[in-house]
Amino acid sequence: MTVETFYQVMRRQGITRRSFTKFCSLTAAALGLSPAHAQQIATAMETKPRLPVLWLHGLECTCCSESFIRSAHPLAKDVILSMISLDYDDTIMAAAGHQAESIIDETIAKYNGNYILACEGNPPLNQEGMSCIIGGRPYLEQLRKAAANCKAIISWGSCASWGCVQAARPNPTQATPIHKVPGLAPKPIIKVPGCPPIAEVMTAVVAYIVTFERFPELDAQGRPKMFYSQRIHDKCYRRPHFDAGQFVEAFDDEGARRGYCLYKVGCKGPTTYNACSTVRWNGGLSFPIQAGHPCIGCSEDGFWDKGDFYNRLSRIHGFGIEATADEIGGTAALAVGGLAAVHAGISAVKRAREKTGADQ
Amino acid sequence: MAMHAPQQEMQSAVYVYEAPVRIWHWINALAIVVLCVTGYFIGSPPPSVGGEASDHYLFGTIRFAHFVAAYALIIGFLFRIYWAWAGNDHAREIFLPPLARGSFWREILHEIRWYAMIEKAPKRYAGHNPLAIISMHILFVWLAVFMIVTGLALYGEGTGPGSWQHRFFSDWVIPLFGQSQTVHTWHHLGLWVIVCFVIVHIYAAVREDIMSGQSIISSMFSGWRTFRVVKGERAEP
Ligand code: HEM
Ligand code: HEM
Ligand code: SF4
Ligand code: SF4
Repeated sequence: MTVETFYQVMRRQGITRRSFTKFCSLTAAALGLSPAHAQQIATAMETKPRLPVLWLHGLECTCCSESFIRSAHPLAKDVILSMISLDYDDTIMAAAGHQAESIIDETIAKYNGNYILACEGNPPLNQEGMSCIIGGRPYLEQLRKAAANCKAIISWGSCASWGCVQAARPNPTQATPIHKVPGLAPKPIIKVPGCPPIAEVMTAVVAYIVTFERFPELDAQGRPKMFYSQRIHDKCYRRPHFDAGQFVEAFDDEGARRGYCLYKVGCKGPTTYNACSTVRWNGGLSFPIQAGHPCIGCSEDGFWDKGDFYNRLSRIHGFGIEATADEIGGTAALAVGGLAAVHAGISAVKRAREKTGADQ
Repeated sequence: MAMHAPQQEMQSAVYVYEAPVRIWHWINALAIVVLCVTGYFIGSPPPSVGGEASDHYLFGTIRFAHFVAAYALIIGFLFRIYWAWAGNDHAREIFLPPLARGSFWREILHEIRWYAMIEKAPKRYAGHNPLAIISMHILFVWLAVFMIVTGLALYGEGTGPGSWQHRFFSDWVIPLFGQSQTVHTWHHLGLWVIVCFVIVHIYAAVREDIMSGQSIISSMFSGWRTFRVVKGERAEP
């Protein structure tokens, strides 16, 4: 059986040549490649066999899949869905039950060492993985098996990349991000964090892997540099208000109406690496800050455990207390200052007494 | 090693802090005050200013002052390390405390007893007393290193990949802490550790000046440590 190329599949699905070239140029632009690369992407699509993908779901909310099928370009979702042969994705595939589960074994047998394992969500390790059961077996088993024979792993979203809300303190099920799962085959992992990641970022990452048959350049934490090397803050259109010192103090104040910087109501833009302020959401329509809401840092490790989303300073846990650096430090400084004052008082008394002693 | 005041004279003096150390001390103190104040405001900005954004650069200025003071601290610190090597013995004290020496720890204990007002008289030291040495080593030297490393890692986020700050600091510091916000939190906690150090440091300097029979504060201006005999001092062996 010959495997169809991407292009053949697209044409079969009724995508016009024009839409196809448009998609290639858009993707090249999204990836920060020169227009010349659009041709390279097109050639790859026309000649390369479809990339088989196993898309596994662990503990998650399906927002990554939801985001993925909402790519901006009207036809992109069709293009992308036909680009990769999603052999297994329990959310959107037609098969169900044992029939579905057997697809995993078939794919592993057929494309051994050549398929991409796309992980949405993560496995819980406690109670022998009982908190996530798929087809009667712990998801952990399915994940380990699929990872053992794959070519590379894509960690979709903050769940697979960092753990996300199911890993929030005290993490009773011990939900664990993919790269930290014990006993997982050592395969290259690309992290595409976000809750969910931006659709265009997801499709561009897939397009890159298909075209160049390797991962795009990754940063120290394994994220594609082209989308995660700058903070929301670095390209935020409210930045002039930040530098000026004009902040929203409360959500219904004059500053909020004037579109001031959201730093004081907890914006995590200055500490969050993602492409929201450049690529934006819903087809480039808007993004949270544009809608007047501070960034909650959804693509960062541990964003779910940093305390109030509406407070700039994180809460620190420990010693049975939960407080900001200022609360802890201010208390410590007061205590030290108080002790010094008391010590000074006693010293003065002692000295006075010695003085009187000397006079006698 | 305790420096004992000679018996015959009431006053004696030793040259302890060379000019570069004194100049460094005051520049460093100023830089740290600026860093603490501006750092606090970076965490909790002052009330908003009104009008057009293009009319103001208030928060930008606060951050700029933080960065200028930061570079003063860093360059000063590097110079001070150099001087620990080039300067006199006292210049090395806070960088290389004799941790392996038993008497050092006993003298620290003595110093603690003096502060707890159990000991009647302080021992005398030409340079810092051992308790000062150990607290400055930990709470100043290592804290300064910590603040410089985390500070440059945060700074590198602004200058971006490719800058030396990013390459040498952000690249490993941010993943080490997990994420940028956590680095901010620890950098911020460092502020309060420094504040605690400064409170104790200034209090101790003033107290010793009055109580220990040796010049302290003026030494950091003139370089000379002078001794006078205080009540309760034991006859010297
Ligand atoms: C922001 C604040 C300050 C910091 C970080 C700081 C730090 C230091 C350090 C690291 C040393 C050791 C110098 C060395 O051996 O190289 C020192 C010594 C000294 N500092 Fe400060 N200082 C500060 C403010 C002050 C102030 C305001 C005073 C005056 C009241 C002061 C008085 C002294 C004195 C008298 C010494 C010598 C102590 C001794 O002889 O044992 N410092 N300081
Ligand atoms: C005694 C030394 C220092 C103190 C007390 C200090 C204090 C602070 C504080 C409290 C913050 C706010 C943290 C937050 O977001 O909650 C901060 C931010 C920052 N500090 Fe420092 N800092 C010191 C040294 C340095 C140094 C040496 C650098 C190096 C360049 C530096 C660079 C920064 C940067 C880049 C930020 C973030 C600014 C921003 O988010 O816009 N700091 N500092
Ligand atoms: S709204 Fe957030 S991301 Fe934008 S400038 Fe203010 S702090 Fe930065
Ligand atoms: S603006 Fe921040 S919280 Fe919102 S989607 Fe982007 S990274 Fe996530």
